Amino acid sequence: METPPKITDTVQQCYHCGDSLRGEQIEHDGKLFCCSGCKVVYEILEQNDMCNYYTLQSTPGNSPSAIEVSRFDFLDEESVQRNLLNFTDGKTGKVTLALPNIHCSSCIWLLEQLYKFDSGILQSRVDFLKKQLTVTFLHTKTSLKKIAILLTSLGYDPELRLDAIEKKVESETTRSLYYKIGVAGFCFGNAMLFSFPEYLGVDANEKTLRETFSYLNLLLSIPVFFYCSYDYFRSAVGGLKKKVINIDVPIALGIVLLFTRSAYEILTHTGPGFVDSFCGLLFYLLLGRLFQSKTYDRLNFERNYKSYFPLSVIVKKEGRETTVSISSLKKGDRIVIRNNEIIPTDGLLLRGEASIDYSFVTGESNSIGKVLGEMIYAGGRQVGSVIELEVVKEVSQSYLTQLWNNFNDESKSDHHLSNLSNGVAKYFTMAILAIAGSVGAYWIQIDTLTAVNAFTGILIVACPCALAISIPFTFGTAMRIYGRNNFYIKNIHVVEVMTQARVMVFDKTGTITHAQRSSIVFNGPELSQDEIDAVLSLTKNSIHPLSRLIGDSFSGNTVYVNNFSEELGKGIRGSVKEFHYKLGSRQYIGGIHRSEKLNETRVYLSINDEVRGYFSIVNSYKEGLQDILRSLKSSFKFAVISGDNESERVQLQKIFPPETELRFNQLPSDKYDYIKSLQTNSKKVIMVGDGLNDAGALMKSDIGIAVTENISNFSPSCDVIMDSSSLSRLSTFITFARDSKAIVVASFILSFLYNFVGLFFAVQGKLSPVLAAILMPLSSITIVVFTTVTTKLFAKIRGLS
Amino acid sequence: MSVIIVLLLCSFVMAVGFLLAFLWSVKSGQYEDKYTPSIRILFDEKKDNRK
Repeated sequence: METPPKITDTVQQCYHCGDSLRGEQIEHDGKLFCCSGCKVVYEILEQNDMCNYYTLQSTPGNSPSAIEVSRFDFLDEESVQRNLLNFTDGKTGKVTLALPNIHCSSCIWLLEQLYKFDSGILQSRVDFLKKQLTVTFLHTKTSLKKIAILLTSLGYDPELRLDAIEKKVESETTRSLYYKIGVAGFCFGNAMLFSFPEYLGVDANEKTLRETFSYLNLLLSIPVFFYCSYDYFRSAVGGLKKKVINIDVPIALGIVLLFTRSAYEILTHTGPGFVDSFCGLLFYLLLGRLFQSKTYDRLNFERNYKSYFPLSVIVKKEGRETTVSISSLKKGDRIVIRNNEIIPTDGLLLRGEASIDYSFVTGESNSIGKVLGEMIYAGGRQVGSVIELEVVKEVSQSYLTQLWNNFNDESKSDHHLSNLSNGVAKYFTMAILAIAGSVGAYWIQIDTLTAVNAFTGILIVACPCALAISIPFTFGTAMRIYGRNNFYIKNIHVVEVMTQARVMVFDKTGTITHAQRSSIVFNGPELSQDEIDAVLSLTKNSIHPLSRLIGDSFSGNTVYVNNFSEELGKGIRGSVKEFHYKLGSRQYIGGIHRSEKLNETRVYLSINDEVRGYFSIVNSYKEGLQDILRSLKSSFKFAVISGDNESERVQLQKIFPPETELRFNQLPSDKYDYIKSLQTNSKKVIMVGDGLNDAGALMKSDIGIAVTENISNFSPSCDVIMDSSSLSRLSTFITFARDSKAIVVASFILSFLYNFVGLFFAVQGKLSPVLAAILMPLSSITIVVFTTVTTKLFAKIRGLS
Repeated sequence: MSVIIVLLLCSFVMAVGFLLAFLWSVKSGQYEDKYTPSIRILFDEKKDNRK
């Protein structure tokens, strides 16, 4: 058990949330808090005798955000409830809420004791990795709204986004996979037990015993054939309908023959059948499926604009403000957007000063001013005071939604079945059919029974179980290794496509430049230390990202600022001694507003209303970028596409190889089209990007890699989510993908060797059940061991943990 | 009837029991969240245990 931090620490921490204490401190009960919010949470916990929260982990809390009760009004709406609740019978309801603030074991402890705060809550259960809380409650005693308010007051804001109310895709598929593995495993184990007497030799006069075992075996094989094998039949038939021979075709063929021959032998009392091999085959195949189905619970690769939009918006009607869910917004409604809120749909500006940050859509960090009556498109974030809009389009019709749906029209090429194994499967199936046919034709002139035995035996022993599981186990292991190195791939097929890609396209802003570590240069006569101190102190009062940037890039002493004021989205002002400082846009400091497009972001400074100069922001590129480029130069063509202006062209030309294509001022749809044009020569393209402005490109590319500072943050729909700190290792990841592919090829060869041994017996019509029962599991186990061990070995060689 | 048949049936019934237990554990969602229970078990509970 950790002790709470000592008060004598040099940096004092808030007892609740662990933030270092700056400025005013609140003392309560001998403990220090950073804000009254944290104190309130402490008090609530204290009243309910829940201070154990603080002993499980030191400073576990989240600083609660200010609660506006009206924010949750829409939760009382019937339609919202119907969509949010997992289950309700009128009396008790069950709801699953996403709480991004869940971060430690204390959170679990507290959130699972919610019933102590509200008697209407029957039970609450945390899923830590998914950061979800499932609450069962009584409708009569409490409501969704009350629960949301309670959670917010404890510092766990429920994330209520538009996609939360859409029907969730249940984890039904994995569940049914578990069922199938359970059944197959059960049948496999028992069939093996029942087959042993046969293999060890039963006394000839124990005929009944032998038959009992055989019939029990047949009974066991029925659920395996009709239930566990279903997916393979479906996939094989689906493939054949499209005139493709995929890996499931020879598997399905093997399954059918194994089952029918076994059933025939047992029913006609001509032999014991291959029931144990059959059940074992399915068991291993399904295990391979489970291994490849690993998913990262906290990551979502399928996000779209809906996960970004809020669930509700304030509508002003006859002077009264009500909160409604955005799906019920109608044309003509008057909506109110506050500072930092997202504009959910296209509208006309009716009131207020709009300064819209479209970084989410375009990737540009500058906010754009709008005048009354102007059209504001969905997806922007208002920075500044409250504005009012008249809705001109419903959410489903808005520009952003349309844009998104356009991207979605063309879905990605089918990655579900691997090209590698399917390519092999085609020739494999044909070769096996040819061998089986000619051997059968040879034997039929001599002995019909041997002919049938040889024909079916070949198809059974050649059933490419080892072939089918080598990819799941190799790439599945690789996927886990990638995950440990902060490179999260959507599914195992990404590994294979990664080895085929020849073009790599980068987005600039945020992807290869540092979002936070841009460097700031002052243009103008040099500032004196007093002036720097004043500017520094001024920026400390503002939370605007540009202020932060300027504040972080100069060092000096903090001095007292008089008459500080901030106009959101424009600038800040304040007096130090007898000087009056203004920091902000050109317009703000009194310069003439020029509409010409500047090639850089500038923050102007004026002292006593005299323009002193401006700070310009220079992008700094991430470390290791040049290393990636150098090591991938031989196998990749590069391109950079950016929503920004051309100011960085020279800089980029220095970093990238000379033939690299650089494109600027690209709209999201331009990026999408560019990727599409690259793909026309059937080239596989890797797109590395971040924001929603890259969403179309990420989706269109063969591999979309979303780079993010914090992997649980919003990232657009993609194939890979990568922590930005791992960017420098991108080339290692790609090399490792190539290694994995080599391992798969090696394991193919290994499984062919087993097949040759089996075929040697099968062509003679001598494939006995014992031999099959040894050979088939042995080949599967060899493949599993070989692939996992070598993949881990290569990871070590490549320096991946 | 040979004793081995009896033994066989016994073992089969037991195995079916295990299979049912497994299917129940999947159905009740024990394979959905494989992480949180490992933390939950470490909490000391006071006398006023939850039900």
